[in-house]
This record gives sequence, structure tokens and C-alpha cells, in this order.
Amino acid sequence: MATLNVLILVCLGYVVLLFGVAFAADRIAAAGRGAWLRSPLIYTLSLSIYCTAWTFYGAVGNAARSGLEFVTIYLGPTLVMISWWWGLRKLVRVGRSQRVTSIADLISSRYGKSNTLAICVTILAVLGGTPYIALQLQSITLSFSIFAEADPSGFYREGSSVFWVAAGLAVFAILFGTRNLDANERHHGVVTAIALESVVKLFALLAVGIFVVWGIAGGVAPMMDRIDASEIGQWNVNAGRWTTLIFLSAAAFICLPRMFQVMVVENADEGHLRTAAWAFPLYLLLISLFVVPIAVVGLDLMPEGSNPDLFVLTVPLSQGNDWLAMLSFIGGFSSATSMVIVTAMALSTMVSNHLVMPIWLSTQEGSGSVSGDVRNVVLMARRVSIAVIMALGFFYYRLSGGGAALTSIGLVAFAGISQILPALVGGLFWRGATRTGALVGLTVGFLLWIYTLLLPGMGGALMPDSVLQNGPFGWGWLRPQALFGIEGMDPMVHTVMWSLSLNTVAFCVASLLSFPSPLERLQGAQFVNVFDHSVALRGWTGSVAQSEDLMIMTQRILGAGPAQEFFQAEAEQQGGRSSLPEPTPAFLERLERELSGSVGAATAHAMIGQIVGGSSVSVEDLLAVADESAQMLEYSSQLEVKSAELSRTARQLREANTKLTQISEQKDSFLSQVSHELRTPMTSIRAFSEIMRDTDGLSSEEQTRYAAIIHDEALRLTRLLDDLLDLSVLESGRVSLNMGGDTLRSVLDRAVSSALAGTSQTLTVRRSKASERIPLRTDLDRLGQVFINLISNAQKYCDADDPVLTISAHDVGGQVVIDFADNGSGIPPEARSMVFEKFARVGVDKAGGAGLGLAICREIMQRLGGEISYLPGQGGGAFRVRLPLAYQQAAQ
Amino acid sequence: MSPDEDHQPSGARPSLFLERQSYRRRRLTDAARLLPFLGAALLALPLLWPGGQDTQDGVPLSSAIFYIFTCWAAMIVASLIFGIAARRMVARDDSEAESDRWQR
Amino acid sequence: MSRRVLLIEDEPNIAEAIRFLLTREGWQVDTHADGTDAVQVIQGANPDLVILDVMLPGKSGMEILRDLRELEDMQGLPVLMLTARGQSRDREMAENAGVSRFMTKPFSNTEMLTAVRDLHAQATQS
Repeated sequence: MATLNVLILVCLGYVVLLFGVAFAADRIAAAGRGAWLRSPLIYTLSLSIYCTAWTFYGAVGNAARSGLEFVTIYLGPTLVMISWWWGLRKLVRVGRSQRVTSIADLISSRYGKSNTLAICVTILAVLGGTPYIALQLQSITLSFSIFAEADPSGFYREGSSVFWVAAGLAVFAILFGTRNLDANERHHGVVTAIALESVVKLFALLAVGIFVVWGIAGGVAPMMDRIDASEIGQWNVNAGRWTTLIFLSAAAFICLPRMFQVMVVENADEGHLRTAAWAFPLYLLLISLFVVPIAVVGLDLMPEGSNPDLFVLTVPLSQGNDWLAMLSFIGGFSSATSMVIVTAMALSTMVSNHLVMPIWLSTQEGSGSVSGDVRNVVLMARRVSIAVIMALGFFYYRLSGGGAALTSIGLVAFAGISQILPALVGGLFWRGATRTGALVGLTVGFLLWIYTLLLPGMGGALMPDSVLQNGPFGWGWLRPQALFGIEGMDPMVHTVMWSLSLNTVAFCVASLLSFPSPLERLQGAQFVNVFDHSVALRGWTGSVAQSEDLMIMTQRILGAGPAQEFFQAEAEQQGGRSSLPEPTPAFLERLERELSGSVGAATAHAMIGQIVGGSSVSVEDLLAVADESAQMLEYSSQLEVKSAELSRTARQLREANTKLTQISEQKDSFLSQVSHELRTPMTSIRAFSEIMRDTDGLSSEEQTRYAAIIHDEALRLTRLLDDLLDLSVLESGRVSLNMGGDTLRSVLDRAVSSALAGTSQTLTVRRSKASERIPLRTDLDRLGQVFINLISNAQKYCDADDPVLTISAHDVGGQVVIDFADNGSGIPPEARSMVFEKFARVGVDKAGGAGLGLAICREIMQRLGGEISYLPGQGGGAFRVRLPLAYQQAAQ
Repeated sequence: MSPDEDHQPSGARPSLFLERQSYRRRRLTDAARLLPFLGAALLALPLLWPGGQDTQDGVPLSSAIFYIFTCWAAMIVASLIFGIAARRMVARDDSEAESDRWQR
Repeated sequence: MSRRVLLIEDEPNIAEAIRFLLTREGWQVDTHADGTDAVQVIQGANPDLVILDVMLPGKSGMEILRDLRELEDMQGLPVLMLTARGQSRDREMAENAGVSRFMTKPFSNTEMLTAVRDLHAQATQS
């Protein structure tokens, strides 16, 4: 006997296998190989996610309870499949030509891209999917419990196991379903994995069936006898349920989000439908083939009161065939997981596209373009919505008590999701269907479904028994299971009958009464006449429809007023029975001319040719034309951008050139300045040394004086060379800073005494030494050099009678700011921009400076990570030195 | 572009009499449309059977199974035949469409 | 008769050297150190010879010379120009402006004295 642990291991192994298959298929598809991934066979097999755990377990249970009724669930889809030529083909064509991502998207797209409608369908799909998910949870839990009963270790507890199954499936679905982002992209991996699961579950069920028929009953004929002799041995099917359920399953087959996902969204080729049209019914037939035998044998063999939903497992187990039971368990597990994966994928796409994204985008308003976050937001939304959907399924299971037969839960889901049918079919086949109609119909059907089926099915928690018995507020005619006093109907039939008929009536009436928007009309035409538009045309539609299409197109191009005028005039000219003219060649020619004025002759011809001629225009084609013009516009605007760029570059080049010229001129002028500054002292030196050499009889005073001049000028020359060297080192950045720590106060002390040393101290220096207690970490000598320069500048150039230099320091936002302000006349505004340039001297300079001091100061301050600037508005010459408190390698 | 099943040579309006091939094709699509209704009728037939809960004159379940699964199989075969016919149609149309495209 | 030279030079040491040399040659040397009013000073002093520096505060020697040559009675005044920049461009500019003799600093004393003598001789001959 397999233990629970083995079972869990087998499940995990199976999941790993699925991941492997999905991964490999994605790789193969990405590599461009594997055409078989897009084969009709894979498509057909992927459709069989229709067969969930409900089929695997519930069908046998249903057969054991009500005989052949279970086949209705498979006959409905069979009818849909064999009518593919005018049904599914249209749906798939529309889905592909409109690039829809989900059934909600399709409905919304048909009715003028209404998001309200998309939200309604999404909510409906989520709520309708909830019982269905609960069904999968229940079946897996039940199958576990069968094995647990026989497991001696017996640690199994139902409540917690449901939770873990739900959590596991959620994780599984998140990992599987949200790997790719683009919902319109085909998920080769997932589809291939699902195809594999379809094979597994069919194989498992067939194996059990063959075992039952030939292993237990002993062949077909004895089996048939046994069936007739059993308690379900007679044809005894409720006529109402038979027709209702065939219809309901057909409707659900089209409307279920997961079916829509595999059938339409994942469809790679319309031609696959041709194969699926017979192969999928065949699959359904095979999977139903042994249901009755298994049920009958189960009823015979199993003790009274055992759950018929689990005969698929319990019959092999009772015969001691553990391996078959294990296979059967895998089959059931596989049915449940494939359903959950695809449902989660489909629903989460809907939730994220129609609920989360609109909300998120509206909160992002004002930030302009949408940034790259969207991807993450979408993925997160999908993951969270999968978790929420699974949680809803879990709560439904808990609320409904987990006791109901699988089939009845599944039918609740079917009835819910089928409410989309009127809007869907109406949208595909009736151009008059409007958004309002769809909205009203959906709402009516949805509310009736909740009121008559969902709430009563969930037990007394959400709907008190009194309401069920006597109606709300005691109004008998509103009893949920006997609306308008019609009693005695099967609850399922009752709900389907009322909800779908009132839904349809509301849809039709509201459609007739409301007026569609232009976009709705266009989309309606595109949907209903999809075959005429997307590929070919022959006799399927009348000529008036063509005229209407032409009208719609013309309105789009010319505008409503002129288009209507033109068509009216044409119709009158033709004899005017209707408001629309017949599409005669003459009319078409005039229309083409009219249109070519707006869109160009070729385009107009193509457009009309496509509607009237063999091929016709699809929304995509129209959009492609529009896109082309948009692209051309974009291209020309790109050209504009390019030429703007070019002229910008040219300007930059010109600027660079100017700068280079300036630099070259500066260099020239610098050299000529240097030359001047060097030659000037040399002139004096040469002149006086020649005088002293050539002149006889110089007095000793004269000799001393001239020697002193020579000495001074030589010093001046040295100073100048020092400065030049200093500046060149600073400018080249090769300076190495000698970092040290001290307070600002002592640096200033040294600077003041050194600047005023050896001069007749006419300059008064005012300081507030208290504010100078700022610790510094910098090159103290260099900083001191700057201070000395500023102080001696003040000493040299301050033209006040009683020159005073005020030095003030303060700490501003992490910077030390030291101001040097004198009381002289300052620097004239026009010269201020020049003072930090090399050899810039303001006014008469007889003090012997070469005009390099402030240039050097500026360079030093840059190296120290600070700056020096002229400070205007201080009533005199003033400079401000800024220095960062913590020096941080600014020299690098 | 997906294969087109019903291609009409462009520019030409349908003439009064279709050529034999096109005529066959049209009747075939008619049959395809009728198929689900026929199927539905066959599946509705059991509703006329006497459904006896306790009586012994009801239809035995084995016969019912036989009937329903036979109908089912018949529908599958019909669908298969139509599928094959449709494939031929498409193949021919594709070549026609190709030549049309060149003529255009 | 006393020969008078007007020296326009802002570097005091250079001015002193030239004054020393020319005084010994028998010249009466007047000095002026600013460019701004140099033209007026020249007009007022009416010297026999002008020695003009180029880099002057206020107004460059080139401009002073140009303005000077605009004046009618200053056409023939010998002007010896001294410059520390000594580029060929400066020489050209000076010649265009109507300089009599152009010398770059540092100069040799004899060269300078020779130039002064030559200029004076030319001026007195004509």
C-alpha cells in the first residue's frame, strides 16, 4: 500500500516532470525548432483541459447517481466542435485578428473597448471560476484521503490538507503561469505540458476502464449485462436536465476563460480547428467510454455509502491493484493541475489587464510616460491575483462544507460563466448588439445566478434558510429556487432557464433601445463580418453591409458630416430607396476619388478594394495604414531631431573652436605676458649692471643704490619664476597636497604675521578670533599662501586713508566661509571677472606683483576642494574663501 | 496571412452560375452548418424514450449507451470527413489565391 | 642749447637707468609714468625726442603713438619705442603707427644711446 509520503513524492516528481517538459518546449520553441509544438495534435490535446478532476472523478460519481446524464457535459462541447465552421472558426479568427488576450478582452473589444464591460466579465469569470477551483481542491483532497485511510501512520488531517493543496497549487500556478509576460504570446511550454497531462489522464482513465471491463467484468458482453442489471440499469434521464446540461456545457465550453485561453489565445493556426473538430470529440468519447462500467462495477463492489466520486481510485484499490490506483491518482492529479494552471493564467491575465492596470495607471497619472516598472507591476498583479483566486476557491470549499458531489459544484461554475454567452454570441453575429445591452444582460444574468444558485449552494452562511424557504421579506415569488412561483423545477435547470433567458432578453432589449458609439459600430462590423474583412468574401454578406462598411470607413477618413452628405447624395442619385447607396462601380469610383483626396490614391484604392473586392480590410490593415503614416511622421520628426542634433553639434563644434582659438590666444598672450614680466626686471638689471661696468667715477652711494636695484629686480625675477612654476604645477594637477590638521585661527595668525612682516604696518587687520576656532584638515601651507596673498593684496591695493582689513569666519552648511573685506574702493565691476586671470592687474600697479597671485589662489582653492570668489557689495574690496570642513580628496 | 477558405477572384462579381467546383464547395459548407443541428436532433431523440423509474419497460442502459456512443462516433466521422474536404478546399484556394495575387 | 627728451615709462627702475645715461650725454630728461594723458604731456613739453614704453597703465604706447601722429605738429617728432614684449607683430604695429625706432627690452645701453643720437641727428638735419 502506497503511503502518503510516497504519494506526495510522486506528486512532486510529476510536477518536476511537467516543469521539465514546459522548460524544454520553451527552449525548443525559442530555438525555432519543433514545428510539432504548433501541430494540430498538441492543439487538440491542450483543448482537453476541458476535462478536469470533475471529469476524472465526478463523471463516474455522476454516472453512479444518475446514469447517463454525465455525457451531457461532453456532448455539448462535441456539438460546439462539429459546428466549428461557422462558430469557433469565427471566434478564433476574431480573437486572432483583434489580438485579444482573454474573453474579457474580446467582449470589451467588441463593445467599443469598454473597460467597464471587461471588469464585469472579469469579476464574473473569477466568481464563476471559484467553485470550479474548489472542485479541484476537493477532488485532490478526497483522493488523498482514500490513500490516508489505508495508511497506518495516519497523520492525515483533512482541514489542513486542503489548505496545503490550495497553497501548493497556487505556487505551482504562479511558477508556471507567470513566467512570460505577454499574454498574447503563445505559451509553448505550458501548452505542451498540458498536452502531456491530457495524455496522462486519458491513459489513466482508459487503464482503469480496461481493467474494470476485462479484468473484473470479464469482457464487453458480461459488462453490458452487468450494467443492465445494476441499479442504474435503465434509461432514466430527466428531460429538462438532459437538454439544459447539453446546452449549458456547450455554452461553458465557449465561455470558460481557460477554454478561451487554449482555444483562441494559444491558437497558432486556424487550420488546427479542422483537426480538433473531430479529434477533440474523439478524446471526449474515449474519456467517457468507461465511465458507466466503472460506476457500475463500483456500485457492485464497494460497500454501501462509499463515495461514488472516488470509484476510479477505490475500485482498483479494493482489487489490490495498487499500481493502477497510483496511476489513477496521477491521472486525477494531472486533471486538477492542468485546469488550475490554465485557469490561473487566464484569470490572472484578465485581472491584471482589466482591474489592476487601469487602477495602477490612473494612480500614475501626471508622471507622463509609463516607466519600466510596468512589467513588474503586471507580474506582481498576476501573481497576487492567482493567490487570491486560489484563496477564493479554498473559502468556497470551506463554506460549502466540501460535501457536495463534484458534478454539482462544476455545474454551478458552468452556469455562472455561461452568462457571458449572450453577449459573446450576440457580439459575433449581431451588429446591433451594443455595449449597454451587453452590460445589462450580463448584470441581470450574473445577479440571478448568484441569487438562485451560488448563494443557496454555499449553505446557510451567506443565505439564511428562511429566504430559501419563503423568499426575501416573505415574498414567495422571489424564492431563489422557485422564481415567480414556478416550483418543482430542478434547481440547475431553474437557474439556467431564468438567468440565461432573462439575460438574453435584457441584452436584446437594451441593445435595441441604446445607440452604439462609432467605435462600437466599427468593432461590431469588424467582428460580425470578420471573414469578409480579414480574408475573403463571397455571398456571406449582402451589398448593404458593404455599403455600411464603406460608410464607416469613409466617416473615419472624411469625418461624419461630409461622409454622410456624400453617401446621401449618391443614394438619391441612384434612385434612393434606402439611405445607403448600392455599391455600384460608378459610386465606388467616385468614393475612391473622394477618399484619395484625404489619404492618397493608392491607399484609397486599397481600402475600397479590400472592402468590396476579393480581399478586404481588417482593423489590423487599417491600423497598419495608420501606423505607416504615423511611422512616416515619426521618421520625419526623427529627421528633424537629427538635423537639430546636427546643428547642435555644429554649434558645439563652433564653440569648441572658439574656445580653442581663445585658449590659443590666451596662450599667446600668456607667453607675451610672461615675456614682458621677465624682460622688465631684466631690463633694469642689464641697464644698471652696464652702467656700473662702463661708467667711471660713480659715487659709492650711487654704486650701492644701483646694486640694490639690481638685487631687487633679481629678487623680483626669482619671485616671478617661482609663481610661474607654482601656477604651472597647480594647473597641471600634479600638485601633491601636504595634508595637516590645525585650527583656522592659527593658520590666519601665521598668514597675517607673515604678510605684514617687514612692511610699515599701515594695514589694520580686524579679526574675531572666537569664530575662528574651526578645526581644519587640509594643506595648511597652501591655505596659508592664499591668506597671505589676500592680506598683502589688501595691503598693496587698499586705497583708504586708514586701511582696515576685516577677516570674518563662519561655518555654513559644512563649509568654512572666510571673508576678507577691506575698506578701500574695491575692484570696479568691469574688472571683477578678470581678477582671477593670470597677469590681471587692476589699475596702476607699482607694487611689483606680476598679477599671478589671485590666479594662484584660485588654483589652490580648487585643489583644496573649495573656492575663492570676489564678494561684491561689501563697501570695499572683498574676497570670500570657501573650504569644505572635511576635505575629501578633491585634488584627485 | 492565414489560408483563406473562400477566395473569390478579385474584381469579378459572382456570375449567375457558379462553376461546378464552387458549387460543390458551397453545398459542403451547407452540410457543415447542418451537422450540429443533425447531431442535436439525434441527441434529443432519447428524450422520447419511455423513462421508467420502476417500470420494467424502460430502455436498458446498455442500449442507451450503444445509441449515444454510436451517434457520437457518427458525428466525429462526419466532422472528420468535412475536415478533410475543407483541407482540400483550402489547398486549392491557396494555389488560386497565389495566382490571383500575381495577376493583380 | 639743451636737448630735451621726454621719457614715458612706468617702471621706475628702468626710468632711472635711462635718465642716468641720457643726463650724462647732456640731455634734459623729463619723465612721465602714465599712459592716459601722455599725448597732452608730450604736446605740452614739446621735447626733442620721446622715448615711449608700450605697456603703460591707462593707455598703451601704440595708441599714444597713433594719436600723436594724428596731430599736425607731431609728425616729425622722433619717437623711440621700447617694449618688453618684443614680438615681430609689435614691431610691425609700431612701424605702422609711425615709430622712428623700435627697440626691445632688455637693451644694451650703448645701443640705446646710439639710437637716441641717430634720431636726434636725423631730426636736426631735416
